[in-house]
Amino acid sequence: MTWSEMRPLLEQACQETLIMVGWSTLIAVVAGLPIGVLLVLTDKGGLLQNTVVNKVIGQIVNIGRSMPFIILMVALMSFTRWITGTTIGSEAAIVPLAIGGIPFFARLVETAVREVDGGLVEAVQSMGGNTWTIVRKVLVPEALPSLIASTTTTVIALIGYSAMAGTVGGGGLGDLAVRYGYQRFETGLMWITVAILAVVISLIQFAGDFAARLLHSRGGRSGPVPKLRLLKAKEPAAADVSKVA
Amino acid sequence: MITTSGLTKVYRSRGREVTALDGVDLHVREGEVYGVIGQSGAGKSSLIRCINLLERPTSGTVTVAGQDLTALAGRGPRAGRELRRARSRIGMVFQHFNLLSSRTVQDNVELPLEILGVSGKERSRKALELLDLVGLADKAKAYPAQLSGGQKQRVGIARALAGDPKVLLSDEATSALDPETTRSILKLLRDLNEQLGLTVLLITHEMDVVKSICDSAALMEKGRVVESGTVSELLATPGSELAAALFPVGGEATGDERTVVDVTFHGEAATRPVISQLSRTYNIDISILGAAIDTVGGLQVGRMRIELPGRYEDNVVPIGFLREQGLQIDVVGPERSALVKEGAQ
Repeated sequence: MTWSEMRPLLEQACQETLIMVGWSTLIAVVAGLPIGVLLVLTDKGGLLQNTVVNKVIGQIVNIGRSMPFIILMVALMSFTRWITGTTIGSEAAIVPLAIGGIPFFARLVETAVREVDGGLVEAVQSMGGNTWTIVRKVLVPEALPSLIASTTTTVIALIGYSAMAGTVGGGGLGDLAVRYGYQRFETGLMWITVAILAVVISLIQFAGDFAARLLHSRGGRSGPVPKLRLLKAKEPAAADVSKVA
Repeated sequence: MITTSGLTKVYRSRGREVTALDGVDLHVREGEVYGVIGQSGAGKSSLIRCINLLERPTSGTVTVAGQDLTALAGRGPRAGRELRRARSRIGMVFQHFNLLSSRTVQDNVELPLEILGVSGKERSRKALELLDLVGLADKAKAYPAQLSGGQKQRVGIARALAGDPKVLLSDEATSALDPETTRSILKLLRDLNEQLGLTVLLITHEMDVVKSICDSAALMEKGRVVESGTVSELLATPGSELAAALFPVGGEATGDERTVVDVTFHGEAATRPVISQLSRTYNIDISILGAAIDTVGGLQVGRMRIELPGRYEDNVVPIGFLREQGLQIDVVGPERSALVKEGAQ
């Protein structure tokens, strides 16, 4: 296969991947952010403590997170058809990708928001702020560096998922590598696909890290962006203070 | 200005009950600096959080500036509009400052004004004015992480004053600071109290804080207020633990057959030569074990620990003489509490 034959294929595949990942990330972030925040607020000791809501949302998120993507995609076919009118093509692939991305991002948001020092919430409460003010002015802005890092992780996960979208005719780079590289033994094309994916992922990771670090170090904070921990955070503010004092 | 009556807070978790506050009655007058002191776990933090209802009291009432806050609380766990409005008129500063790291110093001070719905121009004017008041006018554009601990607390104080509060609550505001910075922050609080007529309720575990700025103080133990009053009243109360802690004098009895007595002088009694009169009148030898003169709550106070030969029974008359001179006498010893009661009658 010559370069002039490969080029249009690669161009189209890149475009399809971009469309699938771009839209699904957007939807995952827009929907996952409130869900993640809600998980923190409704948790025990939270501002809107509500065990039932917390358990129900938590369970849905867990199922969404642990479901293998390829099964989710097949299971969602009738829903996809209802939304887009078809189950084939990049647009159709956006639906399962977004649905898969929402719980993924929501869990990361939950962890990031939990890291925000409870003292800040208390301070804003003492000023007479309501829950919405606390979410808008404290939880989200203070967690922003971690939220950016979470978004980066989500984009990269969705690129991975999008490769599977080829199985429902979604196209994209992963699909190209499977159809041409594997099934037609076009090893050259496959390696080019792999190289493109590697470069794209590196660029996204770099841009995400850069943005997170920029936000984090604003104001002279030093050290790496706090890693997202799955366990409940200790008191980060107390540690800061002991350094100062 | 702040009155609590029968304030009780019980925490329940997994069937266990912990009583953090057990019927606390506190009365803070307008324009005074009131210190609540106690050890960790005595209930100080619960108390200050119950004043602006960050913690809901289990029972009892809180009145701030004539407004019954407990009545505004409503039933749900969330604060209604009325309560939030009332909170915005009570400033609060915290041990760990609690400044938003994503905002500049000025934006931190503007935050309460944003909540109050003040316009942008007015917010920035007010914030700069407050930063000037706390001596940080040049740090408006800095981020909290670029400031020292003392500077952060100044920002915290400026922020607490943004809503023009009449009352300031201070939750261990100086506990994370070094002694030098502590002094400057306390001086700032005192200045604000005098300049703005601000009523300050502070909780602390440091006796020095009470000593240097408080007009009144209360001692908390196990969720109860065990002593309270103005500093001069406390110093005049025989057997007051708070007075003894505010103004400690050391020294142990040198033998068994001795009586150790703490003599506290204030007012004109301080100028009379009572000890030498005592010695001459009763022909006894007096040893001085410890002595100090200090300013407590703006009053000049002297305290002396003296030792008289013989047991307490042998010294009833000389001690009576000292009492007649208008001095405050506390007998120190194993039987102290019983004797103190007797002395008080």
